Amino acid sequence: MILVIAEQRDGRLNRATWETIAGAQQLAGQTGAPIAVLVPGANAGGAAKELAAAQVKEILTLEHAALEPYTPDGYTAALQAAIAELSPAHVLLPHTYQTRDFAPKLAARLDRALVTDVTGVKAAGSDAAFVRPMFQGKLTADVVPLGPAPHFVTFQIGAYRADQAARGQSPAPVRALSVNVDAGAIRERPEAPFQQARQAVDLSQAERIVSVGRGIKEQANIAVAQQLAEALGAEIAASRPICDAGWLPMERQVGSSGQTVAPKLYLALGISGAIQHLVGMKGANTVVAINKDPDAPIFEIADYGIVGDLFEIVPAIIEAVKK
Amino acid sequence: MKIAVCIKQVPTREWQPRLNDDKTWIRDQDASFEMNEPDAYALEEALRLKEKHSGEVVVCSAGPARVAQVIREALARGADRAIHVEDDGLASADGFVTSQALAAAMKDEQFDLVLTGLQSDDQGFAQVGVILAEKLDLPHATIIMEVQAESGTLRVKRELEGGWFQWVAMPLPAVLTIQSGINQLRYATLKGIMAAKKKEIKKVGLPSLAAGASAGKQKIVSLYLPEKAKKTQLIPGAPAEAAKELVRRLREEARVIA
Repeated sequence: MILVIAEQRDGRLNRATWETIAGAQQLAGQTGAPIAVLVPGANAGGAAKELAAAQVKEILTLEHAALEPYTPDGYTAALQAAIAELSPAHVLLPHTYQTRDFAPKLAARLDRALVTDVTGVKAAGSDAAFVRPMFQGKLTADVVPLGPAPHFVTFQIGAYRADQAARGQSPAPVRALSVNVDAGAIRERPEAPFQQARQAVDLSQAERIVSVGRGIKEQANIAVAQQLAEALGAEIAASRPICDAGWLPMERQVGSSGQTVAPKLYLALGISGAIQHLVGMKGANTVVAINKDPDAPIFEIADYGIVGDLFEIVPAIIEAVKK
Repeated sequence: MKIAVCIKQVPTREWQPRLNDDKTWIRDQDASFEMNEPDAYALEEALRLKEKHSGEVVVCSAGPARVAQVIREALARGADRAIHVEDDGLASADGFVTSQALAAAMKDEQFDLVLTGLQSDDQGFAQVGVILAEKLDLPHATIIMEVQAESGTLRVKRELEGGWFQWVAMPLPAVLTIQSGINQLRYATLKGIMAAKKKEIKKVGLPSLAAGASAGKQKIVSLYLPEKAKKTQLIPGAPAEAAKELVRRLREEARVIA
């Protein structure tokens, strides 16, 4: 069995779960194993009903005091018990921040392999190999998990499209699972999630974005990117290191920890294209990359590229736009 | 407060990938190395906690002999001493093997707090800190942007996706994985570099694979340059011509600017 662990909060499903189901269906095409989707947490019924549309064998709900609110101790204990009952060959999860918080603990508890941040599935002899980026996206690896089942795999957000997941002819059956775990053994005490500051800038609606990365070198050089943004009628944005350094406010950060954008034009200046950045902007219609390194991963997803010194190229673009 | 910081040595950002002959790992001998950036933020956070609460900062690293470079750097920035689990096999080890090596070397130290970066810039598993917590039987939290440690309890700000955060409390000792940007990094002073030469680096070997211990749990069968998702039109020429041509294509082909 391939077990997909869904992510939901108060009945609201994280869409990345559908992407993981698409990955599970590809894996099932190779191994022939049936797919079950486990929905942990309170009010799992709502998300379970939505997921029952997927072409899978069954949906399992798992509600327990140890799962609310989310803690790594609670999730590890409850999922350990569920996995013991179900004996899956693979356990697949979306590579969300929550998964990253508990999946390594769960795999270590069971002493099983965990392959993280996977973007694809391949056949490797009789085994499945999982494709993942390494070295900041400069290289790609085919990785085979070793040792006894289950093998844990997390899928990178956006690696599969949610609408790629095949829907079934009729809804999959939904079954409630119960486990016996001690909620009193949980050591972490989480408070309610909050948003730091109301985001004054909504980059998700921007038609054009000029985005700067480490290649901008110093704060004073942000001005030249701003001039380009003005000339193009674009919003200015940045990769994480620029906002970490305080050169642009955090609310202008694009990537997994910032905003997700889908403009008509995304112009990346001196951005190498680490995966955490790409997940935030790969929905852009037209991507332009300007970078001195011809092997920068940003060129893998760029429609147009210029290899060279951005401090020479950007003023020339501003000039050309004004003509 | 006795704080451990786990750091990794990774290829520099400028490093151009070159593969070994069987294309399952990089040519280590061609690479230049530096401290993994998120680990540098973890080190800085540890130094700040020590300044506030006093105590000791111990740098722990698992890797081949070359790792001594980043250990020295951490000592120069202000860490008090170091533990180096030295083995050539650790250069390409997976998260399980690395955590196990670190856990064995750290377990008798009775640290109050263990910090590490949220992931490494080389293999990027984002697993070591969390597995280490499980191996040391400690509570943990990941992707941390603020640390408050007062009288035996810990309250940390955990980053969630899309600009959301959450405070989490837990008892000490505990393990935290630190997000880049949590603080402003300091650099080593000449005085720090001189002082580092006298600081202790304890070298230990890999734990033998006794009962219950794990061997590697994943194998890289092939390592290669990424396949392009799009066919990039690279625009050649001097800056002025390339810029002019780009603007023409954005206007006439892509039609994304006026």
